[in-house]
Parts: sequence; C-alpha cells; structure tokens
Amino acid sequence: MLIVVVRRIVYMIVTIAIVSVLSFAIISAPPGSALAQKINQLQSQGGAVTQQQVEALEAQYGVNDPWFVKYVKWIGGFPHGNFGQSFTLNEPVGNLIWSRLGLSLVLSLGALVIAWGLSIPLGVFSATHRHTLPDAVITVIQFVGVAIPEFLFALVVMTLAATYLGSDVGGLFSEHFQGAAWDWSKFVNLLSHLWIPLVVISAGSTAWLTRVMRANLLDVLNQQYVQTARAKGATERVVIWRHAVRNALHPLVMTFGTTFPALISGEAIVSIVLNLPTTGPLLVNALLNKDMYLAGTIILMLSALLVIGNFVADILLAVVDPRIRLEAGRS
Amino acid sequence: MTTAVLPETGSDIPPPDQAGIAEPSSIGEVSQWRLMARRFRASRLAAASVIVLLILYLCAVFATFLAPNPYDQQDSDQKYAAPSALTWDGGPAICSKTQYLDKARFEYKYRTDCDNGVPIRVFGRGFEYKLFGVIPTDRHLLTVAAPHKLLLWGADSQGRDVFARAMQGARVSLTIGLIGVAVGTFLGATIGTVSGFFGGAIDNILQRFIELLLSLPTLPLWLALAAILPQDMSVTNRYLLITLILSLVGWAGLARQVRGKVLGYSSSEYVAAARAAGSGNARIVFTHLLPNATSHIVVTAMLAVPATIIAETSLSFLGVGMLPPAVSWGVLLSDAQSVSTVQQYPWLLIPAGLVVLAVICFQLIGDGLRDAVDPYS
Repeated sequence: MLIVVVRRIVYMIVTIAIVSVLSFAIISAPPGSALAQKINQLQSQGGAVTQQQVEALEAQYGVNDPWFVKYVKWIGGFPHGNFGQSFTLNEPVGNLIWSRLGLSLVLSLGALVIAWGLSIPLGVFSATHRHTLPDAVITVIQFVGVAIPEFLFALVVMTLAATYLGSDVGGLFSEHFQGAAWDWSKFVNLLSHLWIPLVVISAGSTAWLTRVMRANLLDVLNQQYVQTARAKGATERVVIWRHAVRNALHPLVMTFGTTFPALISGEAIVSIVLNLPTTGPLLVNALLNKDMYLAGTIILMLSALLVIGNFVADILLAVVDPRIRLEAGRS
Repeated sequence: MTTAVLPETGSDIPPPDQAGIAEPSSIGEVSQWRLMARRFRASRLAAASVIVLLILYLCAVFATFLAPNPYDQQDSDQKYAAPSALTWDGGPAICSKTQYLDKARFEYKYRTDCDNGVPIRVFGRGFEYKLFGVIPTDRHLLTVAAPHKLLLWGADSQGRDVFARAMQGARVSLTIGLIGVAVGTFLGATIGTVSGFFGGAIDNILQRFIELLLSLPTLPLWLALAAILPQDMSVTNRYLLITLILSLVGWAGLARQVRGKVLGYSSSEYVAAARAAGSGNARIVFTHLLPNATSHIVVTAMLAVPATIIAETSLSFLGVGMLPPAVSWGVLLSDAQSVSTVQQYPWLLIPAGLVVLAVICFQLIGDGLRDAVDPYS
C-alpha cells in the first residue's frame, strides 16, 4: 500500500511539473503582451513615455526573454509564494488568486457533495422502480440536465429567480452587506446567494451520475449473489442497500476523476455568468488581455487541484476495493 | 478437397450434419451491421432523434430559403422588436408594427395593429440569394409585403432577424461538433490502436500523456487555446482552428477506450491464429482488430458530439470561440448575457432551445447506437 501511495505521489508531482510547462508555453505563444497595452495606457494618460522607461519596464518584466527563461523566472518564485505580477491589475498574482481559488474550491466541492448526495438515492430509486412514472420523469430530467449548457442554465435560473423570487441575484452578497463585518445575517445573505451557483454547477453532474448509478445498479441486480441474498430471506431493503448498492457504488467512485474536472469547468463558466469572485472570470479576462502570469498561475492551480483530487480518488478506491489494492501491490 | 465439392451439393440440399445449424436462422444470413441497424430502429426514441436531427440539418442547408430576411441585415426600425404577432385576416397574417419613441422614458417602443393584418405569403419573393451556393433565386418559404417584416423569433439589438440568424448559425454549430469529433476520433483511434497493439514503452508513454491531458480542466484549457487565436482572423480560419482545438482536447478519452479494446482483442486466439498463419502487423490491425473495434469507436464518437456542440456554444458565448461577424448559436446567445436583457427580450434565448434539442437528439442517438451495437451492456 505504501509503495502505491509513493508511486502515485511521484506521478502527481511529475504531472504538475509538465502541466506547468505546457500551460506556460500555451499562454506565452501569442504575440503582443500586456506590457505593450500598459505602455499605451501610460501614454494615453498623458506624459510621454521615453524609450528608456519602456526599456526599463521591459527589462523588469523580462518581456524580450525567450519563453523558457520567463518560465524559469516564474516558477522560481513559487517556493516564495511569488507568482509574478499581473500587468492589467497591477497587483501581485498571489494577492489576486487565493481568495478566489478558495471560493472556486468551496463551490466545486459543494457541488460535488450535492451531486453525490442526490444522484445515489435518485439512481437507486430509478433502478428499483424501473418503468414507472417517477423513473420516466427522472430519466427525462436527466437527459435535459445533461443537455443544457451550464451558462444557459445559470442564465435561466437567475432570470427566473429575479423575476419570481424578486431576490437580487448574482454576486456573493447584497449591496448593503458588501463591506459589512461578518455576522449571522451576512452569512444568511451569503447562503441566499450561493444556492443558485451550487444548484447550477451540480445539475449536470447530478444528472450524469444518476444515470451511471441507475445503470450500475441494474447491472448488479441481475447478478446471482443478489438472487442468493433474496433466496436466503433478506429483506428487500437489505438486499438493495447492503448487497447491491455497495457494489454499484464502485464505478461511481471511479468516475470521480471525470466528475471533478467537469465541476471545475462548470464552476468557471457559471461564475462568469453569475458574476461571482472566483477564478473563472479572472481567467477569461487574463486570457483576453494576455496577462500571462495571472492566466498561467490560475490554470496551473486549477490543474493542481484536479491532480490532487484524482490522487485522493485513487487512494480512496484502493482503500475501498481490496482487489485494486492487491493488484497494485503485486505489480 | 471437400470444400471444392461442397458448393455443388450444398446449393440444393444442405448436408445432413449442417441442417441443424442452418435451420433456426434467417439471423445467420444477416450481416452484423444489418442486425445493428435493425436493433437501432427498434429503439423509437433514437429513430425519432435521427428524424429531428435530419430536419435541423435540412434547416441549415436551406437557411436562406427558410428565412424571410437576410441574416446580417441591420435595421434600426426593428431594434429589439418582439416576434411578429400572428393573426387571421382571410388567411394567416401578421399584425403590422410601427416604432415610436417613448419621450418620457426615452426608449423605442412598438405599437402593434392587429386589425389590419399583413397577409403571409408562401413561396413569395424576397431578397436574392444563391441556393446551395449556385442557383440564384429570390423565393422564400414565408414572406410578407415589403415595408413590413416577418420576424418569427423577433429581432436583436441591431434589428437583425433572430430566426434567420438561428438558421444560419446552425450551419456552424451543427457542423463544428461533427467535424471536431471526426478529427478527434481519427486521432484517438490511431493513437489508441498504436498504444494497445504495440504495448511496451510506446504504450506507457502514450498512456501517461493521455492521463496528463485528461487531468487538465477542459474548459480552462479550451479557453487558453482559443484565446491565443488572433482576434482579427478570417471567419473560415477561425472556424477551422476552433474545430481543431475542440478535437485536440477530445481525442484522449477515445484513445484510452480504443486502446482497451485493442489490447483485449490482441491477446485473443483469432489474432494468435492470424499471426501463426503469417499475417503482418498491418493486416492484423486493419482486418482483424479495427473492424472489431469500429462499432465501439462509432458509439463513443457519437456520444462525444453533444459535448463538442456545448463546448463551441460555451466558448462563443464567452467571446473566445466564434466571433461576430460569424454566426453560430453561441454567438447569438452571447447577445443575451445579462438577466435584464433576458427579462426584457426573452426571445433572444430561443436559439438556446435549438442547442438543447440538437444535444438531446445526439445523446439519444448515441445511446440507441450503444444498445444496438452491444445489446448486453
């Protein structure tokens, strides 16, 4: 078991290293930089920018270095918590992303909990009540849930909420709580704003996982050990929950690796529509403005989140399933 | 020796020892693909989806014929005009509409007059266009007399016909998914086959690379790739590159699945037999392994199409996919960015219905195909 964990950790570190090179190479590919825009901005604000100043700025940011030199400089700052400077926002990247990354993580994990919490009972119900009206309804909702693009769903839910509930939607807080100190009413206000993004982000994954769960359980219910359990007189509830669902859950744990990236992607786009202070809107703006240190750091951080998530999923799987543990130990 | 004799006797009377096998099946005479087609048709939802999708594609092909107005014609008299109200005036007609300025709130409003309907003509004359890009004509499915405008789905901020734009946008949105998946499938199938068949170090490297790709969050990666395209690119180039970007991310999953299949087959006995009979690698791959994996590849590809369509729509919505003047469903939806816009002009969201419809149909077809190909799963 220890060998498995160590090997996975080595893989993880190598993966993150390669991702950092890749993301940086992609981002520094386009010609033109945010610095040129900054110089334009300085010029338009009046005040001639001398050639010397331009050169000093260029030297400071290392604009004319080849991308791998920039990369080494950039990555060299990581151990000190220095992720470079955002050109457009004039702030160190580190200051900009931590709180946003935290909120991204909270939203993604929250959506994950909702998706799992809903999809397992729904999937089980759907599979055990096959060809009934509720099953048909659940199936239809699933199809639509998977088919609606997240941004669209966010827009529709937000419009409905604004029209019928009259709540001020979008953002994290209502206006008068913006600068207020933390207290209970601010927390309640936060929750009243968070439910929309959570519902929207988890919708697609909930639909998908319900489908997986239903199919898995149907497979398992056909197996003979389930019949054996019934034959020896176990109640239906014990048969379903103790014998069948346990085994059907297993593929669901395996889909963790694909669910989590989907949730992070979903979180990014939903936050853009709902105007939430997470990494999503920041990333899009950074990419559009070619603010490369900012964009690179966000992509790297999101990828690192995923890689760590996958690592946890693998370890969990090995803990849950003795077969995997044994096989991995042998090879 | 015996095989040479068989055809003469076998054509009339089956040899006694084969009678038992030949008897139960018309199934034995039907090819594998026929069987799949039969099973596919049996699932009614999937078959219906094929029809719906065919209609959508026909709409894309005949976009200019179906649309009463040119998709890119701006009209300051029709800014944010609501869908034309339908009425009955000795035949189907629309209410005439005039724009006026609300002086108190300083915004344009519309006054509809349903007493004097403007009759809708079928196959009337309208703007000139070239059908299929070659046949010049000016006939349209539905038109109204000149000063009035038939706006089935309303107009956008520039007074452009949303219906015409949605039909035109179908050309991009419905093809970009297919082409992107086709490219991705080709890549994935090739790499997956190589990986599964040769194994060893190549397999190891390719699999680690695929794991790497799969561990990247898709949307941020798409965003990053699309954002490096210059903003002033021509529409065609952008279309091609966006297609490429969508497929570059999508092939990895398919490659992994194909590898699994090929790996499974290549240790099977018939491959060993083929090898013993002196078949080379190429022959084994192309005549023994790939045909077996084809159905699986088709199903996986089909299930990948909806994701690609959604991806294009999302990217365009965010302003990094297709950009105006190109028209796609995502570009159309990017007009409806804010809640207040959607509340005031809900018809701008109509193209979203098309996206959802197309995606659901592709999903149902994919599911139907999967069941048809592998009835035991």
